[in-house]
Amino acid sequence: MIKINSKNVDVYYGKKQALFNINLDIEENQVTALIGPSGCGKSTYLRCLNRMNDVIDICRVKGQIIINDFDINDKSCDVVRLREKIGMVFQKPNPFPKTIYENISYGPTIHGMAQSKNEMDEIVETSLKKAALWEEVKDRLHEPGTGLSGGQQQRLCIARAISVKPEVILMDEPCSALDPIATAQIEELIDELKKDHTIIIVTHSMAQAARVSQNTGFFHLGELIEHGSTDKIFKNPENKKTQDYITGRFG
Amino acid sequence: MNLILFTFIVLLGFTSYYFGRRKAYTIQSTNKRLTALPQFYGYYLAIWCAIPAFIIFSLWAIFEPTIVKLLILSDYSNQGYLDDELNLIYEKTKALSRGQFTGEITPFIEASAEKYLSLRSIAQSSKAVIVLSIIIASVAYAYKKISSNSRTREPVEKFLKAVLFTASLAAILTTVGIVFSLIFQTIDFFKVIPLFDFVFGTHWYPAKAFVRDSSEALDPTMYSDTFGAVPIFAGTFFIAFIAMCVAIPIGLMSGIYLAEYASVKVRQYAKPLIEILAGIPTVVYGFFAALTVGPFLKEIGNSMGLDVSAESALAAGGVMGIMIIPFISSLSDDVITSVPQSLRDGSYAMGATKSETIKKVIFPAALPGIVGSILLGVSRAIGETMIVVMASGLAANLTLNPLESTSTITAQIVVILIGDQAFGDPKTQAAFALGMSLFLVTLCLNIVALRVVKKYREKYE
Repeated sequence: MIKINSKNVDVYYGKKQALFNINLDIEENQVTALIGPSGCGKSTYLRCLNRMNDVIDICRVKGQIIINDFDINDKSCDVVRLREKIGMVFQKPNPFPKTIYENISYGPTIHGMAQSKNEMDEIVETSLKKAALWEEVKDRLHEPGTGLSGGQQQRLCIARAISVKPEVILMDEPCSALDPIATAQIEELIDELKKDHTIIIVTHSMAQAARVSQNTGFFHLGELIEHGSTDKIFKNPENKKTQDYITGRFG
Repeated sequence: MNLILFTFIVLLGFTSYYFGRRKAYTIQSTNKRLTALPQFYGYYLAIWCAIPAFIIFSLWAIFEPTIVKLLILSDYSNQGYLDDELNLIYEKTKALSRGQFTGEITPFIEASAEKYLSLRSIAQSSKAVIVLSIIIASVAYAYKKISSNSRTREPVEKFLKAVLFTASLAAILTTVGIVFSLIFQTIDFFKVIPLFDFVFGTHWYPAKAFVRDSSEALDPTMYSDTFGAVPIFAGTFFIAFIAMCVAIPIGLMSGIYLAEYASVKVRQYAKPLIEILAGIPTVVYGFFAALTVGPFLKEIGNSMGLDVSAESALAAGGVMGIMIIPFISSLSDDVITSVPQSLRDGSYAMGATKSETIKKVIFPAALPGIVGSILLGVSRAIGETMIVVMASGLAANLTLNPLESTSTITAQIVVILIGDQAFGDPKTQAAFALGMSLFLVTLCLNIVALRVVKKYREKYE
C-alpha cells in the first residue's frame, strides 16, 4: 500500500533550487530511510511532507505530494490537520520547557482530543508507554521535561509526536545527538512503532538505515538517485553513485 | 605648565615604546628567540615610563599644597593667630596671587603672595625636573634589563588587569560614596523627625518648614504633620502603576509582533524607530505631557462633565508609559527572539498555529526574561522625575483619582532642593531621606530583576 506519493517535487530556497523533480512512493506501515551526504536535500524533502518548509520565508515548494488521495500542497489543505496526521521528531531533542505531562498533553489539547482529565491521563500514559518511557518517568510526570537525559528527551519527543495518533511519523536524524545505548533504544522503538505508523527517517548512519528500514532512498545534490527495498539498495544498487556512497567511497 | 609636562611624558612614553620594540627586533635579528612578541617589549618600557610618572604626579598633588601652606604660614607663627584666621590669611594670599583679591591689601599679605608665587614656581620646575629624571632613569634601567629571555608579556598583562580593575573599582567606590552621602543626612533627618512619622504620616507639606526662623531653636514638635511620606509614596506607585498599565500591554504586544510576525524588512526599520522613543529626553516628554496631553484630557473630561485638573496623574503616568514602551518592547523582543527555533518547530510540527505556539510555548519560555524587562521598566517609572514635575504638579495629594494631581518622591526632591537651602535643616535633609528610600526601592527592584534574568539564562544552558 502506498501511503505518500510525491510527483515532480521541486524546492527552491530563494533562487537556489534545493530539490530537483523528486518522485518517491512511501509504503504504509514500513520504515523508509533517506540517506545521502550532507546538503543533499533529504531533510528538505522530509520537511515537505508536513509543510514545515512553510516556516521558512524564502522557501517555495512545487509539485504534488499526495497523502490519502489528497494533495497537501493544494491551497485547500489545512496545515493544522495535516500536521496532526503527520508527526515529526527532530535532530536535537526539543522538549518544551514544561513538565513531562504537559509536553505530552500539548498536542491533544490543541487538537481537542481529550474531553476530561481522565482521558488526557490515559493519552499521556499510552503515549509514554508506546515510546518506552513510561517506566522511567511515571513517578515524575510533573517535573520539567528538560531535566531528562538526552535519550529520554528524544523518547519524550517521540511520545509527544505519537500522542495525537499520527498516521505518519517523520524523523530527522533522531539519533545523531545520542549515545549508542540511547540510539539502540530508539531503533528498537522505531521497529515497534511501524505497526501503527508509517515512518520516514533521515539518517547519516548507513548501518542504522540498514538496521531499521525496509525501504531506502538515496539523495545526492538535490536529486533522488535511487530508491527501492533496503536489501536491494545495500546489496545490489543499480546506480554507481549509490554503490560508491554505500561502500564509503564518498560522502 | 602641567599640560606641557604631561604632553612631554606622553611623547616619552611613545618613544620608549618605539625603543623597546626596536631592541626586541635587534635581539630577534641575532637569531635569538624572544619570549614575547616585539610590541610587548615596547609596552613594557612604556609602562616603566607611565607608572613612575603617575606615582610622582599623585604624590605631588597630595603634598604640594600642604607643604606650600606650611611654609607660608610659618611666617605668621608665634603671632597668636587662631587656626581659622590662619586659614583666612592663606586664602587671601592665594586670591591675591591670582589677582582676584578685592579687599584691603596689607603689606604682610602682599609679601606672602609674592612668596606663594615663588614657592609655586619652584615647586613646578622641581616637579618637572624630578619627574623627567626619574622617568628617564627608570626607562633606561628597564631598557638595559630587557634581553632575549626577560619576561615582558606577564607584567604587561598584569598591568592591563590592574587598569581594568581600577576602572571597576572607581565605579563601585562612587556608588558607595553616594550611599554614604545619603546615609549621614538621612540619619540626621531621622534624629529630628521620628521614622514612624515619616513612614506612616499622611501629610506632606515641607513648605511649612520654610516658616521657621533660623535663629529659633529647633523644635521637633513643630514638624509633626509635615514630613509624612505616605502621600508621595502612594503618588509614586500610583503614577508608576498608570505608566505600566500603558507600557506593559503596548510594549509587550509590539515586542511579540516584532519578534514573531514582522518580516525581516519591517523589523529592520520598526525596531530602531521604536527605540528612538528611548532617546527622547524626558524633559521633552514632560512638556508633551504638560502642554498637549494634560489640556487634551482636561477638555475631554470637561466635555463629559468630569472635573479634570490640567495637571493630572493620568497625563503624567500615560506619557511616562509611552516613554517606557521601547524598553519593554525592545527587551522582550530580544528575549522572545532568543527562544530557540527548535521549540517553535516542535510546536508547529504538532499542528499548533502561530498564536497557540506563542501563547503556550514561546511566552512561557520567555516569561522570566519578560518579567525582568518589566521590572526594569518599573524602576524607570519610579525614578522618573521631569514628566511628573511638569505634568502632575507638586502638591502631594493623597488620592487615588487619576484625574487629580499627585506628586512623587523624585518630584518632591526637586521641589525641596531647588532654590536656596540651608544644610542641616530638616527640610533639606528630608530630600536625602526621600533619596534613600527611592534608592532602596529601586535597588530591590533591580535585584529582583537581575535574579529573574539569571534564572532565565540557566534555562537553555
